Amino acid sequence: MSFLADNFPLLRDAFLTTLSLAVLSGLVALVLGTVLAAMRVSPIAALRGLATFYVETFRNTPLTVVFFFLAFGIVYIDLQFPSRFITAVAALSLYTAAFVCEAVRSGINAVPPGQAEAARAIGLDFRQSLSTVVLPQAFRTVVPPLGSVWIALAKNTSIAAGFAVTDLTAVLQRLANANADQLAMVFIAVVAAYLLITLTSAWLIGILERRLAIVR
Amino acid sequence: MSDSRVLFDLPGPRARRRQRLGSLLGALLVLVLIGLALWRLGINGQLEPERWAILFDPATNVPQRLLEALGNTLEVAAVGMVAATALGALLAVGRLSEHAWVRVPVVTVIEFFRAVPLLVLILFCFLFLPQVGVSLSAFGALALGLTLYNMAVLAEIFRAGILSIDRGQSEAAYGLGLRKWQVMTFILVPQAVRRMLPVLIAQLVVLLKDSSLGFIVGYLELLRTSRSLVETLNFSFGPRYTFQLYVAAGLIYIVVNVLLSQLAKFVESRTRRSPRTTGTADAVPTGAASASALGPAISAGPASAVVLSPGRPGEES
Repeated sequence: MSFLADNFPLLRDAFLTTLSLAVLSGLVALVLGTVLAAMRVSPIAALRGLATFYVETFRNTPLTVVFFFLAFGIVYIDLQFPSRFITAVAALSLYTAAFVCEAVRSGINAVPPGQAEAARAIGLDFRQSLSTVVLPQAFRTVVPPLGSVWIALAKNTSIAAGFAVTDLTAVLQRLANANADQLAMVFIAVVAAYLLITLTSAWLIGILERRLAIVR
Repeated sequence: MSDSRVLFDLPGPRARRRQRLGSLLGALLVLVLIGLALWRLGINGQLEPERWAILFDPATNVPQRLLEALGNTLEVAAVGMVAATALGALLAVGRLSEHAWVRVPVVTVIEFFRAVPLLVLILFCFLFLPQVGVSLSAFGALALGLTLYNMAVLAEIFRAGILSIDRGQSEAAYGLGLRKWQVMTFILVPQAVRRMLPVLIAQLVVLLKDSSLGFIVGYLELLRTSRSLVETLNFSFGPRYTFQLYVAAGLIYIVVNVLLSQLAKFVESRTRRSPRTTGTADAVPTGAASASALGPAISAGPASAVVLSPGRPGEES
């Protein structure tokens, strides 16, 4: 146990890094993904095409490759992120936005057509009917899929460890190299930290889902 | 609201003109951005033909290495796919068991492996298992990690599939005097697999993508190979071919994955049309309401996302 006590500050910092990575990228991905979903149902064909292209590209690219390009590729077009952490946030949110978009779109499709028809009938335009009628209902129905996207994101932050961000997985590797005799302890601590995030999220999402569910 | 037409009027001539103008401006903006990127690349000399020629010149051994790496990627993914599908089906059946002593451990296993990051699982197989006497190569660790994670995800997909089958099917089978295992193997599983085939393939695409994590444990898959090629080439030529090799690896991934996704779409359209499945096709959950009716157990994982977007299977990570 003294091993855990010795390395507690390291583990705590790593836990906070992982958590802030996930939360920041989650927020950015939520905004970007919603915009993409709105683009995918918009009246303008060019916007639809652009959003579809984005989603297809990012869904079919491994996250590791996205990380690679943002970490090592964009220097060739003379761009550079200010820090490794921001690189990781950018990679995670660009990648996750594609999945958020798909989830929100499935929610928009699940809103009964009568709702949109009624909104149109009382004279709301595309923007108004989407933002005041369709999206609020869509967000309620997409709580479970968005929740699973969030949990996947929380787990995906581990890939940042391969790109010089000191998150839980990076600490796992470091401690594993330094304390070969305590390997089981290291794994238990790190896995527990991840479970703390994922299982708590799953539980909260379950509550939220029951609160917000629309009974049709 | 499958037809998004309800959201807006069909544009009239003036609106169409405005939209066309807007689209044109937008396209111009995108083109300018691409042009800007290409210009910077050109200034940095990244577009020189001989830098790209290395990717296709067998004398440099680069195309062979990349092909071999693609082979390695596909190999580990194939092993993972087969093992994860088999174990996932077993776990799904176990989770639906009536005996608590089967169900509870199986649920624990599924929930645990779904909640832990894949990379941590792979590192566990790579760093910890050798210590307790199970020595694994990088290939073994990667394949085992992929299998453990994806079997849990696939188990949930199979379970959702089995639960989505009309209750009348199993009732009729029991009525005919079939035993429990017969109902499962002859009636439920064949229908569930058919129904979940597109989602299954989507998850296999995810597995293929995740094999790129081999990069971190040093398995010579596509990404790792391009990295090591970059290092050897840098040694003799300086950082000349870095960008080209990474672009090549990325493109190969995208092409392979798009092909697999297209297969998923194709299979989906096939199964939709098939008369053997259309009879019960209405029972496929098509909305959040019916998906959440499957229970909160699947709300935490990819299976629910998958069930929720029947048009285009969702996926995780």
